[in-house]
Amino acid sequence: MEHSPTDPIHQFNIYHLIPIDIGGLDLSFTNASLFMAIAAIIGAGFLYMTTGSRGLVPTRMQSVSEMFYEFTADMLRESAGSGGMRFFPFVFSLFCFLLVGNLLGMFPYFFTITAQIVVTFTLAILVIGVVLVYGIRQHGIKFFKLFVPDGVPGPLLILVVPIEVLSFISRPISLSIRLFGNMLAGHITLKVFAGFVFSLGTLGALGVATAVLPLIMTVALTALELLVAALQAYVFAVLTCLYLNDALHPSH
Amino acid sequence: MMLVTAAHAQSASENGAPADTGTHTETGAGHGSEPHFPPFNAHYFPSQILWLAIVFALFYQFMAKTVVPRIGGILENRRDRIAQDLDEANRLKEETDEAIAAYEQELADARSKAHEISRQAHEKAKAEAEAEQAKVEEELSEKADAAEAEIERVKTEALGHVGSIAEETAAAIVEQLLGKAPSENEVATAVEAERMRQIEGA
Repeated sequence: MEHSPTDPIHQFNIYHLIPIDIGGLDLSFTNASLFMAIAAIIGAGFLYMTTGSRGLVPTRMQSVSEMFYEFTADMLRESAGSGGMRFFPFVFSLFCFLLVGNLLGMFPYFFTITAQIVVTFTLAILVIGVVLVYGIRQHGIKFFKLFVPDGVPGPLLILVVPIEVLSFISRPISLSIRLFGNMLAGHITLKVFAGFVFSLGTLGALGVATAVLPLIMTVALTALELLVAALQAYVFAVLTCLYLNDALHPSH
Repeated sequence: MMLVTAAHAQSASENGAPADTGTHTETGAGHGSEPHFPPFNAHYFPSQILWLAIVFALFYQFMAKTVVPRIGGILENRRDRIAQDLDEANRLKEETDEAIAAYEQELADARSKAHEISRQAHEKAKAEAEAEQAKVEEELSEKADAAEAEIERVKTEALGHVGSIAEETAAAIVEQLLGKAPSENEVATAVEAERMRQIEGA
């Protein structure tokens, strides 16, 4: 099965680096696993190294780390109140991991971990799992008041409660598909336009001249994708904060 | 994991050793020849989930145990330090204000004291001058009294001599006119009579 050099899907292929098979289940260390590890190491490494001096007056890099920290802390505090700060390490980890993962995908030949639905869905399930576990442990049965909005007359509840339940269930789906879809679509579009440059470039002088157009497009899209990469990590983190708010204050 | 690596070695070769051939043979590894859109290839879901769980768990541990406390500590430190510096600045400002107030108080005291001293000096000088003046005046009036007494004395003395002078003068005039000196008694009687006449006529 040959693949063309302009195949836009090829970049999402997964292949074994260290094949591991347990009971017929493929648990290999793949290129995806490698880039997850790289994202985690870069994320943690950056934050760790830049804050090593613990300067009272921050260096330029230290202030970047502090900025990320305070940005996430403000986001969480605004959405979930100061009680939400107990989830700060979780939200901060998610945000950093996704941000670095998204941005790593922007490098040519690098694998985009967040363009894998299973990755984003697992993280979304993790978020919802935290909301459920913490919400029920903290509020017990009262947590389910989340599905019963205040001030809605009895008969309407028959209609409203299923909608609320459905909306809760769809959260992990929308959360994961939003990130996955953005990253996937962006990278495919980028690759398609970059492929045009290549294809046109092989068509002689006129082709080379025309290839300038998709090249400009590719450059513009790269800029856009950088924005999307940062934005989607932020969106994921913000929604996580909002969902955590439900766990903290279920009766809204 | 070493054990696992040994175990999969043959399965990998059965599947056509995807790791060796590289990039694309793996799509068919678990699913026959059916081509898959890679993100939806369920064959890799377990591996993805497992490694994501491992990586994210380690990442979270590191963040929660090391990075967050560290950056939080830095920020906390800075906040404390700034608050402390502000307090210190406030304290110093208060001290300065106090010092200024004390200085002004002292200045006012010194000023009123100087005023008092100058007033006292002025009064003293005035009193002394007045005393001096009084003394001088007294002396002068004493001298004037003495002089007046002297004048009075001289005057009475002079007046006392007037009779004898007039007698001598009258005797001398009579001698010149008559050629012979009148007796002293005659002269004295005449002068006395004349004087009486003059005093009465006056």
